[in-house]
Amino acid sequence: MGEEKLWINMYTSMLRIRRFEEKVVELFAQGKIPGFVHSYIGEEAVAVGACSALEPTDYITSTHRGHGHLIAKGGDLKYMMAELYGKKTGYCKGKGGSMHIADVDLGILGANGIVGAGLPIATGAALSSHLQKNGRVALCFFSDGASNRGTFHESLNMASIWKLPVIFLCENNMYGISMPQRKGMAIDDIADRASAYGIPGVVVDGNDVIAVYEAVKEAVSRARAGGGPTLIEAKTARWRGHFEGDPQIYRTQEEIEEWRKKCPIKRFEEKLLKMGVLDEAKIREIEEMIAKEVEEAVRFAEESPYPEPEEALEDVYA
Amino acid sequence: MREITYAEAIREALREEMKQNDKVFILGEDVGRFGGCFGVTKGLWEEFGDERVRDTPISETAIIGSAVGAAATGMRPVAEIMFCDFMGVAMDEITNQAAKMRYMFGGKVSIPMVVRTPVGGGLCAAAQHSQSLEAWFTHLPGLKVVMPSTPYDAKGLLKASIRDDNPVIFLEHKMLYGVKGPVPEEDYIVPLGVADVKREGKDLTIIATSLMVHKALEAASLLEKEGVSVEVIDPRTLYPLDEETILSSVKKTHKALVVHEAVERNGFGGEIDHNGEGF
Ligand SMILES: Cc1ncc(C[n+]2csc(CCOP(=O)(O)OP(=O)(O)O)c2C)c(N)n1
Ligand SMILES: [Mg+2]
Repeated sequence: MGEEKLWINMYTSMLRIRRFEEKVVELFAQGKIPGFVHSYIGEEAVAVGACSALEPTDYITSTHRGHGHLIAKGGDLKYMMAELYGKKTGYCKGKGGSMHIADVDLGILGANGIVGAGLPIATGAALSSHLQKNGRVALCFFSDGASNRGTFHESLNMASIWKLPVIFLCENNMYGISMPQRKGMAIDDIADRASAYGIPGVVVDGNDVIAVYEAVKEAVSRARAGGGPTLIEAKTARWRGHFEGDPQIYRTQEEIEEWRKKCPIKRFEEKLLKMGVLDEAKIREIEEMIAKEVEEAVRFAEESPYPEPEEALEDVYA
Repeated sequence: MREITYAEAIREALREEMKQNDKVFILGEDVGRFGGCFGVTKGLWEEFGDERVRDTPISETAIIGSAVGAAATGMRPVAEIMFCDFMGVAMDEITNQAAKMRYMFGGKVSIPMVVRTPVGGGLCAAAQHSQSLEAWFTHLPGLKVVMPSTPYDAKGLLKASIRDDNPVIFLEHKMLYGVKGPVPEEDYIVPLGVADVKREGKDLTIIATSLMVHKALEAASLLEKEGVSVEVIDPRTLYPLDEETILSSVKKTHKALVVHEAVERNGFGGEIDHNGEGF
């Protein structure tokens, strides 16, 4: 793919996440989406930068804040929205909802309701690639809070001794619910922990999609070449509460405003405009295309049926 | 009597026990200023400060493990696990440490700790945030397992649990947090191991736990209109289990129905059924 085409795809993907998430927040407020919703708004550059450096056959593990990862890895908005609604036509037949969307065909081994559960699963997918010699890598998304779980230590250690093709990508948005990073750990950079496992640890600006892309690309090449895992820390922020409805007593409005000014999408857009890769007409065209996709996704979700009660007992065993 | 919610009743129990005994402290995720994911500990951080209302990182293994260590050495920790579903992260600490230490050490140590955690569905939060895992814990000798259904019971049972010298798993129901009921202002406890007859009847005994007590009471009112008189028993603590109250009710009605929210297979209902053989 030519570089310009790649950039436009990246821009489009970030915008698709933003518009999807804005719609989700609105629908949640209207009571149309049951369960919990953790918005990805503000962190789009991480998912898109990372997934753009992967092949369609590569694996990702996602988190409770997973909508962006899924869209960046090629998730279809229709099946995503239907899943959020709990409809039968959703990615998981309505049984997973926001925190569990998965599409194994796209290499998405699932969003996860258990914080830190993705790390060993990604390690296992990488072990499987290694054993099957199929050249696939696994990329694990997790955030600062998850890095305090034992699974972080155990996974990074195991992946490093076995030189597994896995990329541990920490989306450091500085909070785990109300716990600020500085209270949850005594270090500034989570990437520093890499040295404990003898693997590279890299810090990138998580609101710079190209920086994320470059760092992940390098880690992917190393992984495919048998060089083992990399820990990448992308510094970013979520703009909304931990979950929809969070009163956010633990941070100030000013802090949120500061991060809004660093919008990863605006920033990339300005860059592409300056470079002449994008123009206003093209932006409008992309916006219109996405608006239509989102609208269609909502219509699809609303028109789809709920699962029948007896379906609750299906799919328990293979 | 004044009425307060189940969540408020739990908070009052915590506050009173912390005031009475400086060995009691709270630890868990977002339990401090944030007040807990379900708001149960709201206000306690303001009252008792960082040292006694401790926000932890997302480290369930260390939350429970450190509670065991603190309990073995003179403290009375009350740990909160945000959802019962996350107990899996700390099951070694529960199974092989908290539950076994006293026995393995020949009775030379006691582990006076409480783990509070919400169970149950109702929030449309899918399979990792909706489970009722009480049978995991009742299977483990060394643990006591408490499951209150009303604000009155929640307060009295939590105070008894904190004063108990054994590890107690205290299972709250998320859909009950907002439910109000009468709760005395004075100090009282509900002893562990004593069931409560929530409604008297003569044709059928329903043994129900947690939220299902409320469903059973609703069913009993409906059945009354059809001329069926139902007795509803809430064991309140699954271990120790008050078999006597259950058996004497079933001796009277000759019919028993167990209602719990957990998966039926190998569930606590089977245990009651087994104990009731030969009715
Ligand atoms: C094992 C486990 N503990 C606690 C929770 C409750 N919980 C859900 S999200 C969250 C915070 C996660 O913080 P972080 O890993 O930084 O992710 P972020 O929300 O910032 O994306 C917590 C504590 C959980 N789901 N799983
Ligand atoms: Mg975070």
